[in-house]
Amino acid sequence: MRASAATMTPQGYLQAQSRWHPLEIAFWLATLLPFVLFPDYLSLASQIAITALFALSLDIILGYAGIVSLGHAAFFGIGAYSAGLLSKYGWGEPLTGLVVATAIAGLVGFAVSFVIARFRHFTLIMITLGLGLLAFEAANRAHWLTGGSDGLQGVSMWPVLGLFKFDLYGYTAYTYSLAVLFVVFLGARRLINSPLGLALRGIRENWVRMPAIGADSQAHIRKAYTIAAAMAGLAGALLAQTTESVSLESISFQRSADVLVMLVLGGAGRLYGGLIGAIIFMVARDQFSGIAPQYWYFWIGVLLVAVVMVLPNGILGGLSHFYARWRGK
Amino acid sequence: MSPPAQSNTPIALGTRGLSKAFGSLPVARDIAINLPVGARYALIGPNGAGKTTLINLMTGMLTPNAGQIFLAGEDITALGPQERVRRGLARTFQINTLFAGLNALEAVTLAVTERRGRAGRFWRGVGSDSETIDEAYEILRKLKLGDSCYQITRELPYGRQRLLEIALALATRPKVLLLDEPAAGVPPEESGEVFEAVAGLSDDLTLLFIEHDMHVVFRFASHIIVLVGGAIFTEGTPAEISADPGVREVYLGKRKHG
Repeated sequence: MRASAATMTPQGYLQAQSRWHPLEIAFWLATLLPFVLFPDYLSLASQIAITALFALSLDIILGYAGIVSLGHAAFFGIGAYSAGLLSKYGWGEPLTGLVVATAIAGLVGFAVSFVIARFRHFTLIMITLGLGLLAFEAANRAHWLTGGSDGLQGVSMWPVLGLFKFDLYGYTAYTYSLAVLFVVFLGARRLINSPLGLALRGIRENWVRMPAIGADSQAHIRKAYTIAAAMAGLAGALLAQTTESVSLESISFQRSADVLVMLVLGGAGRLYGGLIGAIIFMVARDQFSGIAPQYWYFWIGVLLVAVVMVLPNGILGGLSHFYARWRGK
Repeated sequence: MSPPAQSNTPIALGTRGLSKAFGSLPVARDIAINLPVGARYALIGPNGAGKTTLINLMTGMLTPNAGQIFLAGEDITALGPQERVRRGLARTFQINTLFAGLNALEAVTLAVTERRGRAGRFWRGVGSDSETIDEAYEILRKLKLGDSCYQITRELPYGRQRLLEIALALATRPKVLLLDEPAAGVPPEESGEVFEAVAGLSDDLTLLFIEHDMHVVFRFASHIIVLVGGAIFTEGTPAEISADPGVREVYLGKRKHG
């Protein structure tokens, strides 16, 4: 890309930044492979797509804007419980369920963003951790509503578009999750290449300079945080609908930590970082827990330490580094 | 309320009774400055005189303990940094305060987008806003950064990074520009290049710059303010300052810094 930059107009250069790379098309075509190659694993594939969406939402605030969050599962959980409860109390239509759950998570995110936008670094880690724990305990205590540690039972979804019933093999679930992931990804991709996306990178690169160029960083962060929260809620709603249950785990610290691990594994601040990270994490978990059901986190730990030490910018960061060196020769 | 004007030229930026202390250490003492529109002022003084502090106070990065700041006669003391930038008061930094991971074109485009109030948009690509990009590229071209505008900031030669500091400030379309040692750290043989760029800026732009090199100061400044111990020691034309025995003693007589 750099070689041809000299002959490009500035506008042409910036437009080229957002052009589709052949590898991207290959990636999305590959997401269809499970239907053919692993028809027994479609439920897992569906969960991977949902987790990837969750990781993508964290990437927007953490990877692009550099806003740390250790409590991102709060929004995932809010989305999951919203969708689950809506269905339990009589409205099982999936798409409207998604919209409602996304809106609720987005509204909560918007309210929280006024606090988030004011702080940085260590303070922010503590605040998001605290908010995450708060959300977990609230869900735990509200047994009458959420089922507490027993999980939310009685979720029953109507067919998608009135046509496709959720089947035991996860065929509908994966199609549905993948379609939602793809649509939201297109939106996220657009956001990242937009003026707001550039401003978020500016916040990450230099927090001090932003006010000196007249930028209202807090307004940008509030906007991005609200969008990220809504996306996380959407992911949670998808999980609730496709599994027809909501467990307390969906709003736990564990989930917040896992998604952070995925993003770091895949490469934060890259559109596909969360997606690749989610695939690796979920497949590794599936495989490792087959080997040693009790100790599978041990291997995730090994993987995480190894990747962070060898590839500080995650797997995608490492790959693009080698690719650039190879192109440079 | 407006600051007392000395002449008929309108005042672009003024301060009155501006004071600031860090704990018991006063860093700005009762500072009254009036920059006429289009002026080229130099702010000099020994290290620790409070020069950068004064810029931080004027731009709102520090809050004064007392006093007021006026931009075009309007009291801006209560406004935040970004509000002041939007009203036409921009600055550069002594230590590069750039977007290390963005290239020059992206960084200046970002600054122009912010000024145009379009930075909150997330449904259209940056690349589709040709007006903004053209303006950003024009600023870079004028500062001779056109050729290296696709290079990541952290990989730019140091002298070019100093120019990018100025480009980012210019993208806000300032009426008053405060330059904190624009050529700091640039080898002496290249610092002229930075100041040529400064001298080439529009005549309507009011400038205040901090600089240690007296040759540069006398060459580019129309008026000099000498700051010592957080207070204005004296001010005047370059001829007056160079003839002032007191200034010689506190500043000119001493060895120059780095």
